[in-house]
Amino acid sequence: MELNFLAAIGRVTLRFMGAVGHLTLFTIQAVRNIFLPPFYMRLFLRQLMSIGYYSLPVVGLTALFTGMVLALQIYVGSSRFNAESAVATIVVIGLTRELAPVLSGLMVAGRVGAAIAAEIGTMRVTEQIDALVTLSTNPFRYLVTPRVLAGVITLPMLVLVGDIVGVAGGYLVATESLGFNPSSYIKNTFDFLEARDVISGLIKASVFGFIVTLMGCYHGFNSTGGAQGVGRATTNAVVSSFILILVSDYFLTVLLLD
Amino acid sequence: MTAAPKISLKNVSKSFGDKHVLNNLSLDVREGESLVVIGGSGTGKSVMLKCILGLLEPESGEIYIDGQQVLGLPRAEREKSLLKTGMLFQYAALFDSLPVWENVAFGLMQAHGMKRPEARDIAIEKLSLVGLGSEMAGKSPADLSMGMQKRVGLARAIATNPEIIFFDEPTTGLDPIMGDVIDNLIRDCTKRLGASTLTISHDMESAQKIADRIALIYKGSVVWVGQADQIEDSGNPYVEQFVKGDIEGPIELDILKP
Ligand SMILES: Nc1ncnc2c1ncn2[C@@H]1O[C@H](COP(=O)(O)OP(=O)(O)OP(=O)(O)O)[C@@H](O)[C@H]1O
Ligand SMILES: [Mg+2]
Repeated sequence: MELNFLAAIGRVTLRFMGAVGHLTLFTIQAVRNIFLPPFYMRLFLRQLMSIGYYSLPVVGLTALFTGMVLALQIYVGSSRFNAESAVATIVVIGLTRELAPVLSGLMVAGRVGAAIAAEIGTMRVTEQIDALVTLSTNPFRYLVTPRVLAGVITLPMLVLVGDIVGVAGGYLVATESLGFNPSSYIKNTFDFLEARDVISGLIKASVFGFIVTLMGCYHGFNSTGGAQGVGRATTNAVVSSFILILVSDYFLTVLLLD
Repeated sequence: MTAAPKISLKNVSKSFGDKHVLNNLSLDVREGESLVVIGGSGTGKSVMLKCILGLLEPESGEIYIDGQQVLGLPRAEREKSLLKTGMLFQYAALFDSLPVWENVAFGLMQAHGMKRPEARDIAIEKLSLVGLGSEMAGKSPADLSMGMQKRVGLARAIATNPEIIFFDEPTTGLDPIMGDVIDNLIRDCTKRLGASTLTISHDMESAQKIADRIALIYKGSVVWVGQADQIEDSGNPYVEQFVKGDIEGPIELDILKP
């Protein structure tokens, strides 16, 4: 009985270490292949469109409402000690440093990470990845590199758009329903904003873009067992992206604090 | 024996978990010959092809292509050795993100660096060889019937005029007339283009038509190999049972006998 229990712990630990090692190798290969020819321009541009451009509506909508809600909530809090003038500053810092990157990362994980895992997973179980190999094409460079690169590049751009839309949302609520003076709200927004607030958010976004696309590719690449396996890969891609985004966000914040 | 064999497998074994699929399988494909491998469903024929192509790694044994041992070669060299091979997958494995003609032209464009318009012309020519008109060129593979997908896969396998071609059940799912067209095409690949081909088949009639030699696989090993015209009077009990399609004989079937 006791031995069974220990054996179970051992099995789980081994499996976990195996998965970590597997993922590490996959990550190294993904990064290494970015610098190796050939580079598939056409595929890269297609991924820029599908990861970047087509995510604009979701990211924009998320940022807009987040900015609006932030303004309301922070107003409630700051009015308790007569610090209403801080609303604009806190909204813009909260958005740029934290909420725009994290929420965009999560939205893109749901939209793009899942799609990548499903597409590559289907290619795996229908032997299309094997077919790539027999046609002398490295599936890593053909499938993973364009997606990961597009993720790393487009997510910061999306977040920049999110920053702007979010601040605009806060401005709308503040001036239209909280009675702030438009010009002083704008002044408060930009007077205390520092470049590193924005930049640290963009760095986070880039890392999240890497995580989302890498998880999609990893789970898709390693899916087994037909349609059910592809479904599992999709779920795992999204869940692991979510967890990695939230965990890495903390460490990135510590790292980028000053 | 004259020249060294084009492909040579020596005592190749492969298992999945505790399931032994290939057991010390040895087989030669001679230069310029058409070898047909027959054998029951699930005896490891497709797995054998994947081992030769490097899509699966056998546990033990040796595989030579043009006299060079390919097991354990670095990835890049293995990729290079695939430049001279073509493969038709059992379930076609067409890239569903690309139109039909780009599937056929894939090897020409990616591995041989041919320009798109030129590759397209060749693709359309190869498609006509398998009985598909140029109106098919722009279609998505997902919109084709299985038999049509199979023929596109065939066109893709022969598009680069490879020296070695593998056909995994090229005529399953085709009507008898189209089956005949494909048989002739495979015959043509060896006789006119001088390729060495390894074809897997269940269809005895088609096997006898295209084969120079025939090999029978049973439980992961070759139990008989001989000239195609000797198959009727091989004196081998396995072959006799397989050719006649008898239930009685040395081949064990996992079915419940009434
Ligand atoms: N990737 C894999 N993982 C686990 N088992 C596998 C894998 N590929 C094949 N097998 C097993 O190997 C055995 C042989 O499969 P294979 O596809 O080679 O059969 P086959 O001779 O081509 O049969 P068929 O004529 O039906 O195509 C089967 O029992 C199959 O379950
Ligand atoms: Mg098979």
